[in-house]
Amino acid sequence: MTFKELTNRAKSEWEALQSSTHILVGTATCGRAAGAMETVKAFEEELKRRNIEVKVIEVGCMGLCYAEPLVAISRPESLRVVYHHMTQELVPRLVEGYIISDDPCLELALGTFEVGEEGEAPYIPELPRFEKELRLVLRRCGYIDPENINHYLANDGYRGLEKALKMRPEEIIEEIKKSGLRGRGGAGFPTGLKWEICHSYSATPKYIVCNADEGDPGAFMDRIVLESDPQQVIEGMIIGGYAIGADEGYIYIRAEYPLAVERVKVALQQAEKLGFLGDNILSSGFGFRINLATGAGAFVSGEETGLMAAIEGETSEPRPRPPYPAESGLWGKPTALNNVKTFANIHLIVERGADWFASIGTEKSKGTALFSLAGKIKDSGLTEVPMGTTIREIVYDIGDGILNDREFKAVQIGGPSGGMIPANLQDTPIDFDSLTSIGSMMGSGGFIVMDEDDCAVDATCFFVDFITRESCGKCTPCRVGNLQMLKVLENITNGKGKMEDIDFLLELAEDIKGGSLCALGGTAPNPVLTSIRYFQDEYAAHVLEKRCPAKVCTNLTAYCILQDKCDRSCEHCVLTCPTEAIGGGVGKIKHIDQEKCVNCGTCRDVCPPKYNAVVKLSPISSLPLEDFAAKEKAVAKAIEESET
Amino acid sequence: MRKEESVTEQLKGTLTPDRKERKNLISLLQEIQESLGYLPREAMTELAKFLEMPAVRVYSVATFYNQFRFTSIGKYPIQVCLGTACHLRGGKLILQEFERQLGIKVGETSQDGNFSLERVACMGCCMLAPVVRIGDRAPAVKIGDKIYPKMTPFKVDEISVPYKQEIEKERSEEEQIPQ
Ligand SMILES: Cc1cc2nc3c(=O)[nH]c(=O)nc-3n(C[C@H](O)[C@H](O)[C@H](O)COP(=O)(O)O)c2cc1C
Ligand code: SF4
Ligand code: SF4
Ligand code: SF4
Ligand code: FES
Ligand code: FES
Repeated sequence: MTFKELTNRAKSEWEALQSSTHILVGTATCGRAAGAMETVKAFEEELKRRNIEVKVIEVGCMGLCYAEPLVAISRPESLRVVYHHMTQELVPRLVEGYIISDDPCLELALGTFEVGEEGEAPYIPELPRFEKELRLVLRRCGYIDPENINHYLANDGYRGLEKALKMRPEEIIEEIKKSGLRGRGGAGFPTGLKWEICHSYSATPKYIVCNADEGDPGAFMDRIVLESDPQQVIEGMIIGGYAIGADEGYIYIRAEYPLAVERVKVALQQAEKLGFLGDNILSSGFGFRINLATGAGAFVSGEETGLMAAIEGETSEPRPRPPYPAESGLWGKPTALNNVKTFANIHLIVERGADWFASIGTEKSKGTALFSLAGKIKDSGLTEVPMGTTIREIVYDIGDGILNDREFKAVQIGGPSGGMIPANLQDTPIDFDSLTSIGSMMGSGGFIVMDEDDCAVDATCFFVDFITRESCGKCTPCRVGNLQMLKVLENITNGKGKMEDIDFLLELAEDIKGGSLCALGGTAPNPVLTSIRYFQDEYAAHVLEKRCPAKVCTNLTAYCILQDKCDRSCEHCVLTCPTEAIGGGVGKIKHIDQEKCVNCGTCRDVCPPKYNAVVKLSPISSLPLEDFAAKEKAVAKAIEESET
Repeated sequence: MRKEESVTEQLKGTLTPDRKERKNLISLLQEIQESLGYLPREAMTELAKFLEMPAVRVYSVATFYNQFRFTSIGKYPIQVCLGTACHLRGGKLILQEFERQLGIKVGETSQDGNFSLERVACMGCCMLAPVVRIGDRAPAVKIGDKIYPKMTPFKVDEISVPYKQEIEKERSEEEQIPQ
């Protein structure tokens, strides 16, 4: 079939679907964790029981993870309604209401896609989140069936490729260069330039590699793109192959994403079946194949040279650059390696033109940025905004502010080796260069919000611990230096730090930066440098007062039951404490045995709000004298244990 | 692992002549772990022979990656997420609670072979932090694995109950089979 015939067939399938009542359920990984598969099953059973023929379609993610499971019901000539928190119990009600009768159950709705009557559910495009967003890569996510290539084709899919194959490779590269697209994997290298360099080498074969390792712990953009609309990434890779002169590609996905792996597998099969992969694609004479490789769980595999080593079946140890992969990459051949989102942008640039793309964003950062919002933010999930959007807009307009209305403290952008940006810099526009200028980096898109209950020193300690575990060990400054930083930081969180330690950390940070081969070591000191720069007071409180202002560091905080508030007889805390640390006797005022307490916080969670008798204290010297002595013993023991 | 068969026998289906290329090393290790539950020494030696490479290369690759294990895994492998989002929301408290309840440390398998405990860095559902995943008789992460969202130390016991019941059920079924 010709491209036109394929598209027409896909369109008629799509239109037939649109003109019938159908149900969409978001079944990306997080939707599943929230119970989406149970919802799908409940719909199928309920429809069967009532003998109704309505399609239930599993789609990817709309990015509104906080509201999962998400369900959309589309009825021709009626409102299209999106429902939030749609767990299985609510299904019969919805079937009764909006499948059988005409009640759209708006009380369960997040919003509608058409303007409804006054006072009904909100009109989705006018929600603050959607007003600030610009969905390019995400535009089909959550609306199409990722395992049905016809849905992709019916929604402009493969039009970029069709156009590209009629252009000369140099023209495509020129177009990508002109668009200003910079790599979305972290460093922000201009994609067109990378491809041009790769194109200029005559060695063959050449390779296209898609980096879907997404090792940043707290980022899930690439997962969502692959689980929701994988064909756009494949299309970008094929165009890339044609442009640089490669006939083979690899997509490297981390093994922790089984659903993404599965959906990409299906997508590759379908693309091949329709002739978008294989020999002589769309009768152009150009052939291209894509292989799938799954990661084996190492953060450093995300680094480009490490990733290629992993595909070759080696240990993921980065190697010195130059030579850059564009010259000597996979098996020593010219290789263009890009991130998932970089590839996802390609077909749009080809289809709509470089000028269109370059009109979005800031002068030096074009297009959109995808962020996964997590941490202490209300509406966590995935968002896509034009470059240049400020941190404040993302936190407050898109994310609806801080959870439980706590105070916004900082945001970690760029993963464990990004920087901690304090709330007072929230008007910083997000683009590659502004973030670098304040000591952070774009990274791949993790956006982790911290509030007043998060400790800057503890968070830094966590990042350095992560890096220390993940360092491949090839360079001494990275291997030993990070471990040394970790020890110093742990000391501080244990109340054993000295003010000189802070200077020592700064020195060490410079040594690690300078002496590391790859960017894992090169950027590892970022959290240390930024947290010292922006939260020096907190370091000082830990060192000088042995106090953790956020009351996070376990060895500087203690739980305590207020005598005058305890109800005496409710016993909730006693029954739930995992270490039986709470005594006092039945019907008596409760008391925590500090030697047994492990700071789990359960007692505070279960103490009924009307009493609120359990409090968290820091420093531990503010405990009553006897308790303090007991706590000191427990802390000494805990530190000793952690050191062995 | 089916004990009666030798490792060589068990690997026959995996080590097929079309996969002798060096680049297949990692995916072969993944498949072997998938079918045996872990990477026994014999399997790695066998694989080295198959790929015609020194056994130490196979070991060094296998030990480099976090995914590979060299001891058998519990029937229900428990993974506690300690990625950034889960850390901020108390992932460590969850891990410690599992350690207490199971009487094992992270990285270990319980004596009866039922549970093993691991820490992982991000499962990609950070908005539900802190999360725990409990697998079913398989070392690799599977689509159907149950993910428990918004965990608290208190819920640790609660989510373990169905697994304990299942173990109990299987045990009593086994006892009923006449010898
Ligand atoms: C330790 C480390 C981890 C990385 N992880 C990833 C990753 O998970 N995904 C990614 O696309 N790039 C990652 N990168 C960046 C890659 O090395 C590379 O720059 C990028 O994939 C290039 O693609 P782009 O030009 O499209 O951004 C990582 C880099 C380092 C140093
Ligand atoms: S900087 Fe660290 S991770 Fe990178 S090559 Fe050196 S030791 Fe390995
Ligand atoms: S914090 Fe946890 S361990 Fe300590 S007393 Fe409360 S419930 Fe018990
Ligand atoms: S839960 Fe609170 S009120 Fe109840 S016994 Fe414990 S401390 Fe007292
Ligand atoms: S709604 Fe969660 S990944 Fe989407
Ligand atoms: S940090 Fe735990 S799921 Fe992402």
